[in-house]
Amino acid sequence: MSDTSSVSGWDSHRDDTSDSSVFTSMTMSFLQELPSYRSLIRRRTTILGRDKTGGTLLKPASSENRVSSEAGRSEKEHLGSQSIRKYALNISEKRRLREIQEAQVKYLSEWDQWKQYSTKSWKRFIEEAKELASHLELWKNDIRSIEGKFGTGIQSYFSFLRFLVILNLVIFIIIFLFILLPIILTKYKITDSTFLIVPSNEVDMRCKVYPMNSTGLIYFYTYMIDLLSGTGFLEWTSLFYGHYTVDGVKFKNFTYDLPLAYLLSTVAYLALSLLWIVKRSVEGFKQNLVRSEEQYQSYCNKIFAGWDFCITDESTAKLKHSSILYELKTDLVEERIRQKVAQRTPEETLRIYSLRMLLNAIVITVLAACFYAIYEATIFSQEHMKKEINKMVFGENLLILYLPSIVITLANFITPIIFSKIIRYEDYSPAFEIRLTLLRCVFMRLATICALVFTLGSKITFCDNEDCRVCGYNHKLYPCWENQFGQEMYKLTIFDLIINLAVTLFVEFPRKLLVTHCSSWKLIRYWGQQEFGIPDNVLGIVYAQTICWIGSFFSPLLPAIATVKFIIIFYVKEISLMYTCRPSTRPFRASNSNFFFLLVLLIGLTLAFIPLGISMTHIPSSKACGPFTNYNISWDVVPKTVSTFPSALQTLIHSITSEAFAVPFFIVIWQLRLSDLPRVTQPSHHVLFHCPGWSTQTGSDSTQRAVGYGKSRQALSHSETYSCSGRDEKPTKLILNTILVPSKLTELPY
Amino acid sequence: MGSSTSHLSKELLTEYQELTFLTKQEILLAHKRFSDLLPQESRNMEDSLRVRVSTEQILTLPELKANPFRERICRVFSTAPERDSLSFEDFLDLFSVFSDAATPEIKSHYAFRIFDFDDDGTLNKEDLKQLVNCLTGEGQDTQLSTTEMKQLIENILEESDIDRDGTINLSEFQHVISRSPDFTSSFKIVL
Repeated sequence: MSDTSSVSGWDSHRDDTSDSSVFTSMTMSFLQELPSYRSLIRRRTTILGRDKTGGTLLKPASSENRVSSEAGRSEKEHLGSQSIRKYALNISEKRRLREIQEAQVKYLSEWDQWKQYSTKSWKRFIEEAKELASHLELWKNDIRSIEGKFGTGIQSYFSFLRFLVILNLVIFIIIFLFILLPIILTKYKITDSTFLIVPSNEVDMRCKVYPMNSTGLIYFYTYMIDLLSGTGFLEWTSLFYGHYTVDGVKFKNFTYDLPLAYLLSTVAYLALSLLWIVKRSVEGFKQNLVRSEEQYQSYCNKIFAGWDFCITDESTAKLKHSSILYELKTDLVEERIRQKVAQRTPEETLRIYSLRMLLNAIVITVLAACFYAIYEATIFSQEHMKKEINKMVFGENLLILYLPSIVITLANFITPIIFSKIIRYEDYSPAFEIRLTLLRCVFMRLATICALVFTLGSKITFCDNEDCRVCGYNHKLYPCWENQFGQEMYKLTIFDLIINLAVTLFVEFPRKLLVTHCSSWKLIRYWGQQEFGIPDNVLGIVYAQTICWIGSFFSPLLPAIATVKFIIIFYVKEISLMYTCRPSTRPFRASNSNFFFLLVLLIGLTLAFIPLGISMTHIPSSKACGPFTNYNISWDVVPKTVSTFPSALQTLIHSITSEAFAVPFFIVIWQLRLSDLPRVTQPSHHVLFHCPGWSTQTGSDSTQRAVGYGKSRQALSHSETYSCSGRDEKPTKLILNTILVPSKLTELPY
Repeated sequence: MGSSTSHLSKELLTEYQELTFLTKQEILLAHKRFSDLLPQESRNMEDSLRVRVSTEQILTLPELKANPFRERICRVFSTAPERDSLSFEDFLDLFSVFSDAATPEIKSHYAFRIFDFDDDGTLNKEDLKQLVNCLTGEGQDTQLSTTEMKQLIENILEESDIDRDGTINLSEFQHVISRSPDFTSSFKIVL
């Protein structure tokens, strides 16, 4: 008797008078001890929780009628399959439930018992493993404290940064294992292996000339310049492509084909990056698909999920309050504007659209101007690099070497300001404004790298006289053109890091000092404290990562440098955030962020494929340095290796890569993926039909009927077959019930 | 003199691990934090599992101090008859629902109860009004005007009230939450 009262007494406010009838008779109490009744109560508890009215599935009223009919069926229920903690009960009730479950176990067959036991222990094992793995998570405490102080938007930036650190580390490990390790083993005589160099006779000797700079007395500043620009002594180290001028490494039993390894590891880490990013973005993509009805849900999302429960700081909470207020007011204003726009006259529409076209043309002009500036700067820098370095002054030297990087950074700094000024005149809604500016800035950042790479490429393959015909590229200016590429990417990386450090040190900290100590000056107060601009920072690190991807083929140690760089940036940004920034007044939703970050990263990766693809397959590899001296283009090593396979394997590979196979294969894969997607957005819902006109208040005439279906689409088609009992009306309203219900909900008789 | 090891026994730990979404570390940390709120004489093992801590004390925790829903949270998770104190198990329940590993269904279930200010099982206009005021801030100047509030509540009901009865019940709420992308990441408290 005490059990039943405790189970149904959880809600002291409930005044369901029908309950009292359940508790009176003694026979009832016996039936209620049965496991079958327990299962009924349990099912109800998950659905009802402490909710008395409306939307509830089953009522405890008239439970005695159901008990006997349920008794037979529910013994077959596998209670153990439902994990206890998914029930919305407090701990003491869950404990009782667990006891019931364990008592239930006796009724199951041996096989089911074993299955239950093994799933439980497997789950426990997985949890222990996850707990162990979470100890290894990098920077867990830092990110948590950032989340508490600044909210989930900024925290997602730092998680993204952490992801990039790990990605770069993995890329470097791949490169180390397959490219660096054999060379190190041979060079330092750890294993008994030798380098294999195959001289080729087909190549013209003029292509093989690679002049080394004089290694006489080296001034200190030459050393610094070399360190910063990758020329001089650095050019011959394993940092750059030119170091790997071997055709293979001969071990005792086999020959390790280094050119093949070099090419395949490049393909491998690019493919790995792609897969990893796609895997991470799939979650965000699903959410975005579901969110496609966002305009109909945004208020609910902002109100019900508006507060960041992990905020622990009072001032952050105050800021969050004001940002929520701001957001709500903006949305309400936007709604009123939308209504106004719908009533716009045709002349006004024409005016707006022509204005927009004009402003877009201005944007394109600005972009073109930037690209041209980069083109000119690169050509100037390349030409002057060929002059003798020690004849120039130190500062002038560095300026010329870094000219492309400087121009790119300036362009990336000025254009967002221009874009944000322009967009105000285009009369879009605030949300769309933010998105469009962001899109333009993304394009700007990533396209500048393309402009640089394109300029270099054109210089390498362009020659107006006989130079190119001999080797296929301009061997007089660029005897080892991959090194030049590598050097440019290396310079960009280093310069980016220096600029980040300099801005933090010389702009943000003084700004904070000024604002704290000289806040009486109106100008300072107007300028205000630094805000952590998430989109700008994200674009910065995506830019850095794209450079790393492009440069890794030409400079195998670049991923290691990028890893160290991102670690430094993490700590610098964290310190800058904690000490100089105030949280942003404009909210940046965490939901958008992850998907947005990964999308931009994916764009960067796709952009990185282009120069790599072209240089691997179209531009002849340099004959004076590097592992591909005996091949025309770098990609040639693959067909050459395939031709050494047994002929059966060769024909197999040829058939797989031929169009006749590849096209149908991709079509089939595409179909599979597409058919997978809709399932994602249609979680299995259990459908409630609500009979119109009947109240959803408590009472024994509450009339909801529940039928379980796998997919709500099927349910819709079945709605005609049901009628509200006692009436002729068809059920009209559909309530999609996503509460956790047991897998098979049987139809309940009324 | 209090006997103890202020360490939870292994069986108890495993039991709590099964009944909540917390990891072993988190349960131990929660126990330590809870014991810190108890008076000195009740800090031993048996008492700490039995004694209740009043809501005012719980509200001094830094994780809850800045939260506008702190009183509702304490009220919802309390199993005392007057709903004004929490036992250790209530405390664990609280952090279990707000942990990373909790399912969205559990979170939305409890979110509904927290937002239901008058405890009547539905979110009516008054509940929503109080909810919005909690979100925008305590002061007079941080609240929406009456017309704005009316417009906002109408919009919310339009988006979520499927059966058009002027209130949001649990199923409608959970349906709306399932389509809300920010909910799981924002409905989180970590010790």
